[in-house]
Amino acid sequence: MGLFILRRIGVMLLTAFCLTLVVFFLTNLAPNLEKLAKTQGNARMTDAEVTQWLENRGYTRPLLVRYGEWLGVVPGWTRTDAADTVTGRCIDPGMSAEEAPTFCGVLQGDLGFSTVSDDDVSNVLGGRLALTGWLMLISFAVMVPSALVIGVLAGMREGSRLDRTLSTISITSTATPEYVSGVIFIIIFASSTAGLSPWLAENGWIEGRTLFLGSARSAMEDITIWNFTLPVMTIALYGMGYIARMTRASMAEVMTAQYIRTARLKGVKFRNIVLKHALRNALIAPFTVIMLQIPWLLTGVVITETLFNYNGFGWTLVQAASNNDIEMLLSCSVVAVIVVLLTQLISDIGYVYLNPRIRIS
Amino acid sequence: MEPLTWSGSLGPYLNPILLIAVGVFALGFVLNFAMTLVGLRQAEPIVNPDHTISYRMGPVDMALALMRYAVFAVLAVCVIYILGGILQPSMEAKGIIGGVAAQYMPVWIALVVTYVVSIRFKRRLGLYGKLFDNLVGMIGFGLVMFWVYTAIFAPMIATYGPLDVAASLRNAPPGSLVPGASADGAFPYYLLGGDAGARDVFSRMVMGAREVLTIAPFATLFAFMVGITLGLPAGYIGGRFDTLITFLANLVLAFPVILLFYLLVTPEIVEAGVPVYMASVLFILPIIFLWVLLYSRYRAQPHIIKWVAIPITVFLLLIYLGTVFRFDPIVWFATSFIGYLNQGNPVSEWMTSTREAYEPLIGIPIDGNLLIVFVSVVFVNSPTVFRIVRGLVLDIKTRDYVAAAQTRGEGPWYIMLWEILPNARGPLIVDFCLRIGYTTILLGTLGFFGLGVNPESPNWGSTINEGRRLLTVYPHPPLPPALALMTLVLGLNLLADGLREESLKD
Repeated sequence: MGLFILRRIGVMLLTAFCLTLVVFFLTNLAPNLEKLAKTQGNARMTDAEVTQWLENRGYTRPLLVRYGEWLGVVPGWTRTDAADTVTGRCIDPGMSAEEAPTFCGVLQGDLGFSTVSDDDVSNVLGGRLALTGWLMLISFAVMVPSALVIGVLAGMREGSRLDRTLSTISITSTATPEYVSGVIFIIIFASSTAGLSPWLAENGWIEGRTLFLGSARSAMEDITIWNFTLPVMTIALYGMGYIARMTRASMAEVMTAQYIRTARLKGVKFRNIVLKHALRNALIAPFTVIMLQIPWLLTGVVITETLFNYNGFGWTLVQAASNNDIEMLLSCSVVAVIVVLLTQLISDIGYVYLNPRIRIS
Repeated sequence: MEPLTWSGSLGPYLNPILLIAVGVFALGFVLNFAMTLVGLRQAEPIVNPDHTISYRMGPVDMALALMRYAVFAVLAVCVIYILGGILQPSMEAKGIIGGVAAQYMPVWIALVVTYVVSIRFKRRLGLYGKLFDNLVGMIGFGLVMFWVYTAIFAPMIATYGPLDVAASLRNAPPGSLVPGASADGAFPYYLLGGDAGARDVFSRMVMGAREVLTIAPFATLFAFMVGITLGLPAGYIGGRFDTLITFLANLVLAFPVILLFYLLVTPEIVEAGVPVYMASVLFILPIIFLWVLLYSRYRAQPHIIKWVAIPITVFLLLIYLGTVFRFDPIVWFATSFIGYLNQGNPVSEWMTSTREAYEPLIGIPIDGNLLIVFVSVVFVNSPTVFRIVRGLVLDIKTRDYVAAAQTRGEGPWYIMLWEILPNARGPLIVDFCLRIGYTTILLGTLGFFGLGVNPESPNWGSTINEGRRLLTVYPHPPLPPALALMTLVLGLNLLADGLREESLKD
């Protein structure tokens, strides 16, 4: 078990290294840097001026060296110009060259400077991640239990009417990506001209003009049912179907096992068979799926946050990517990659831990 | 003239029926659910003394029957609406639903023909024919074919061009009258209203089907060829190659899709030439696949290799060069040769100058933006396909017929492509259907973020994105493309389900 975890962590670090290198390469392509120079310096710079600007800021050196600096394993560059002032990667404004650290990269906790927010990335990203954390937490709290219930109910009697109905529901939900379900939810619940809201308001059953709010901007300060239901439902719906289908398949397989038949023949009540014998074994496979669902949710979070104007991690990623905010985008990628790899690790370890057949051998 | 109503002249008769049917269905569902909770079950068959079987209907069965009749009623009303839309003469009588149904005439005909022919000959059509024994599969197939035929007949169905503007109909509600349309013989209504750019929502949705259904299946097909070409040797031969490719596949899978899109599908990337590099790798794999496929089978028959395999491969290579590198060796040699013969004269000058900027004769003209969309969708999908294929190969290579082929002295590629691959086709076909749906969702995501697509394009994703800004006030523009995308993906999922069930029955 210990060796297994060590190997997994080794592979994970290698993967993280490769992925960040790829992201670094893709965000530091020549056209991106040129655009950066033009937005930060002057939009009408000539090519020579652009090159000069980039050279002054250390962007013209080899990619691998810059990657090392960004990672924090290569000493940051310093440069002495004609007037003898020293500038460098690690020398922040108002700091002398002597007191600046030699290394300043991700490993030292320095994520760089965001050109869009005009602030250090580490200052901005924390708050945004917390907002997304809430969104994901509540979505998970809604999605996982309902998916498991649907899956178990459908899988316990394979082919029954209940199974057919619930399977249709979960298939429909996997066919509804967030940008479709979000739009439909807003129209049904949050539009003042269509859907349920005008009718409810006319009868005086709701206080405001709409049942729920179509924008989650106010949820950044204060999460209420009114402003947070729709984003949560949107995220939960797409992931729910997939987990439910996995649970159903797993449950259906367990229900055909020998020990379930033995229990039935012994005269155990169906309810007890499901709850005491089948459920524990049927939930091992969905556990992996649920953990691997988190990276999938990332896409959903980006879509939902854009759709509902919720300034969390996904929104930040979109803003960084569309405004060529290179260091912010890099940091977002690091966060995303870490989330993905950690969930994979947890799912692997959890699977081994939960499954006695693998654990003991 | 008045704006159209939703249901036209049939509305006053049919709408109450529809409402009652839906109400009855809901009632039946609630009753049924309540009775199941209480513990009532469906009636068991009773074996009579004369060996016949009969049922005594219990309350649960009554509720079920009620629901069934309600569904039939709803279906009947829908059919009457469609027929009414086609048969009634005036647009006012047709209403919006009827008008749309009438525009969809070619699709209805094609669907009916497909179903009649398929059901008639279903015993001779293999797995495709078996699909028609399965209700879920049939519904899924119907939904998919509905959109396929919509894409095929799009110019006949659409009432306006996707970019035509009628300035006064900005955000107009469904059924609005187009001013001055009857004078110039154009369609007199915006059937599903106008969007924020005063374009016809209905026509854009119909034309969008074309955009979606040309890219998604092809991208999926390429992803499959890439995944199969890499997955077969990885699973069959194993070793270092397997370790390397599996690591690379896991690397791509560890990338959050949306991040990959945001990094890959940008103008800067297109400018830096990354799509061409990626396309040069991804698109050569299917050609290698085809060549190995033909060569491993027919290498003992030189005439087939000479007259079939080589020409096909060379032709595909020409398409590959023309599409990815914009390079056509034929044109290149011709211009070089003529330029060489006429050195120093104006013709030669012209030849050498056009050589730099010629369009290849063979090759599909894809612009950088579309290419990067295509490439990144293939790139995202192929690792998953690779993993599926590898898993299947690992399973199948232990079978007896593989051992028999090995004993016969067949080469590894023959075994992989002609022994293992055909036996893995069932799960692959099912996954292909699912994956087209997933690709459609991915393309919609790209459109939703405005990545790599022309903002004017009627692509469903970008239409939804455009409509969401004024969503709470004008809900009608993004709704049709959203429902279209959903039904298409649902159809593909149901089709895959049906196929899986039928292929498991063998």
